[in-house]
Amino acid sequence: MSLILILEQILNGLQFGVMLFLMAAGLTLVFGVMGLINLAHGALYMVGAFAAAIVAAWTGSFVLALVASLAAAAAAGALVELLVIRKLYDRDHLDQVLATFALILIFSEGTRWVFGSFPLFLDVPSYLSGPISLPGGIEYPLYRLTIIAIGLVVAAGLFWLIARTRIGIQIRAGESDREMIAALGVDISKLYTLVFALGAALAGLAGALVGAIQSVQVGMGEPVLILAFVVIVIGGIGSIKGAMVGALLVGLTDTLGGVFLPQLFGLFMEPASATSVGASLASMLIYILMAAILLVRPSGLYGGQH
Amino acid sequence: MTDMTDPSGAGQVLKVSDLSKSFGALQASKNISLDLRAGEIHALIGPNGAGKSTLIKQISGELRPDSGSVSLLGRPVDDLDRVARARMGLGRTFQISALAMEFTVLQNAVLGALGARGGVFRFLGNVMRNKALVAQAEHALERVGLLSDAKRRTADLSHGQRRQLEVAVALTLQPKLFLMDEPMAGLGAGGSQALTGFLDTLRHEAPILLVEHDMDAVFALADRISVLVYGEVIATGTTEEIRNNAEVQRAYLGEEEPV
Amino acid sequence: MNREKLLNAAVILLLLAIPLWAHMAEEPFLITLATKVAILALAGVGLNIALGIGGLVSLGHAAFFGIGGYAMGILAAHAQNYEPLAEWPMLIEGTNQMPVIWLVAVVASALAALVIGALSLRTSGVYFIMITLAFGQMLYYFAISWTAYGGEDGLSIWVRNEFPGLNTLVPLEFFLICYVILCAALWFAARLARAPFGLALSAARQCEARVETVGITPYQLRLTAFVISGAITGLAGALFADLNRFVSPTMLSWHTSGEIMIFVIIGGVGRLFGPVIGAALFILLEHLLGGISDYWQIYLGGLLLIIVLYARGGVIGAISGREVAHD
Repeated sequence: MSLILILEQILNGLQFGVMLFLMAAGLTLVFGVMGLINLAHGALYMVGAFAAAIVAAWTGSFVLALVASLAAAAAAGALVELLVIRKLYDRDHLDQVLATFALILIFSEGTRWVFGSFPLFLDVPSYLSGPISLPGGIEYPLYRLTIIAIGLVVAAGLFWLIARTRIGIQIRAGESDREMIAALGVDISKLYTLVFALGAALAGLAGALVGAIQSVQVGMGEPVLILAFVVIVIGGIGSIKGAMVGALLVGLTDTLGGVFLPQLFGLFMEPASATSVGASLASMLIYILMAAILLVRPSGLYGGQH
Repeated sequence: MTDMTDPSGAGQVLKVSDLSKSFGALQASKNISLDLRAGEIHALIGPNGAGKSTLIKQISGELRPDSGSVSLLGRPVDDLDRVARARMGLGRTFQISALAMEFTVLQNAVLGALGARGGVFRFLGNVMRNKALVAQAEHALERVGLLSDAKRRTADLSHGQRRQLEVAVALTLQPKLFLMDEPMAGLGAGGSQALTGFLDTLRHEAPILLVEHDMDAVFALADRISVLVYGEVIATGTTEEIRNNAEVQRAYLGEEEPV
Repeated sequence: MNREKLLNAAVILLLLAIPLWAHMAEEPFLITLATKVAILALAGVGLNIALGIGGLVSLGHAAFFGIGGYAMGILAAHAQNYEPLAEWPMLIEGTNQMPVIWLVAVVASALAALVIGALSLRTSGVYFIMITLAFGQMLYYFAISWTAYGGEDGLSIWVRNEFPGLNTLVPLEFFLICYVILCAALWFAARLARAPFGLALSAARQCEARVETVGITPYQLRLTAFVISGAITGLAGALFADLNRFVSPTMLSWHTSGEIMIFVIIGGVGRLFGPVIGAALFILLEHLLGGISDYWQIYLGGLLLIIVLYARGGVIGAISGREVAHD
């Protein structure tokens, strides 16, 4: 178990965490500002990936594909908000869960209908493929490093947006008192659509970026969605900072746990059992982490408002 | 403020000592002390934002004070939560009605009786046919004048009737004291009069700490009044004393002629 | 008799009549469908206790469904392989006797519900929904990685388990077992709703402050309801696995949780027969629409969306209006 391996896995964990953050940020924003739980967020991830795959195949440009993913996901998000989500703001959480679950069914089966069950292909562009040498003798895939970079830049941009711009102030005000900002003359409907579309765009971007490493297919958003939920529960619903901390925590735990737990068990078990016990435990590790955090802080690390 | 009329503290059903609570920079309660004695109605008045709700919540157990202590029936209850204090005999009515809206009036009252008698963890047997519970519930409803409405849906009741139901549910607990948060709010003149009359008779069963804005009711009912301004009790005394207290007039009633 | 009771009576009789007819007309497939309806309805009856009465939006109820299924799978697998489950500290062998399997399924799901509920109920609102979802997924991934019992591919049982005195291989007889269990569960759920426990639980859903101020602790009520709910859904899981002679991690996935919730909502949440009507509609849609289009779930999604947005009371609500208060 070399240092290089550990560092590589840490980087993988960071990459995973940063992508989770993109998903979680949208979810937590929507909940914080609109009080809405949105199960269909994973579908927007999928839409972004599909849009990127199509545009990449059509134009050959990865950059255009990423732009397309942002645009398509934002558009899909805005459309869904206008048609369905809007009607759910005043409803209780059960209704929101059911309606957005219905949206998942419609999106998933709809996508399968149009594109079939076979995955689409999105390739890492040649200028980003291959390893890059990092200090310490690590050879790490350039693309994954790029993902980390893009994710961090987007995170910084999001923090800046919330902290420094007018929209950001409206968002923060909306999180504490929805009725108040309406009374202050802010156009609530537009703000909500904007926030929803923003969250969708982030999810779509994540989908496109990850789609190049994994496959682009129906249902790809769901495992990520569940993890994003775990992230925002850990971080505290409504908190972007919590989403970042939670995402990194989950990303690192999952990656490092998956690699090192079997090895740990291998120290005192025979290899076959070690792998299976280790793998089982690793898959449950994040949920155990979540449960542990919630025992101590029932509203998450940075939560407490909702 | 030391109280010369009852220095020994006997007959104190509720005692609040030096209660303080801050929300960030805002100090909602500043060293509040007051007590409630058997057979009395003690009114708590003060302008909006004075911290009356915060105080009530600390007494009922919904909020934990930063410092200070609350005693019920001579026992410190700072460790006890809302449920435990209710079990000890703290009856509470809410400013905004806290009732199960889908239930009938009788069902809400039976809920109260169920809480009072115990036996919640029974899975068989029809609760609405339980003679003891229903009798207790109906008795409470009769006392507030809602018995004829027993089968009506709570959501269909008028505002005033919901107030009455709140009082009825509190009654089923046969509490040792009442915390009432603006029971007159939203009642018309007739309703206020009826409730005032009712509360007057109620005090002998259990003393009432009454938060109210309706000055007519306060002056008609209260044996003692405490005035809360900016989180502090600025005066406690009989109705006469408070009416004539210059500081109170300034702070609360405005610069007016003495009433 | 009000409309709701008439509807309920019609449904429960129809559910019995159709398989009886199918048995005589030698259409075993219909009996299988009816059995599926009964089992899924049972799962929904379980959920409805927590969700309908208690207002607990558990998006992880598949955890209990799956635990029940795996209880069956594991016990039956060991029986058919003649391998004991454990030899130390005492000999535990597999079994293919349904009553024993059911007992294990119920106890296992109840224990799981106790643990999951105890942790999850410390939160509320959205946190609760997400935590229950996450726990369900935890078990799902665990089952996938547990290759000893099939992992992702699942576990097949060669022969349906046995029930003393009956021949469970005859579709009608297995159906009748499920039907009787469903009726018993419906009876119990009805009694529970009218009992002191049901009143308090429903009150806790409507107004938690009121319950606390009459001296009742909502957490205890909800945890109890959650355990009962999980146990019933677990039993349904064991029966489901027996019907298909197959158990797989899919029984634990959140899609399954969502589907169970869909039955309850379509039928009418909080209504006694909501899960029965919902399950029947779901199976009908699956087979009628599924025959026409592979993508029938789009229509299911559409139906669900319409019901949530415009017909909140589900089918029962639409037919018989507002719920009559308990007598």
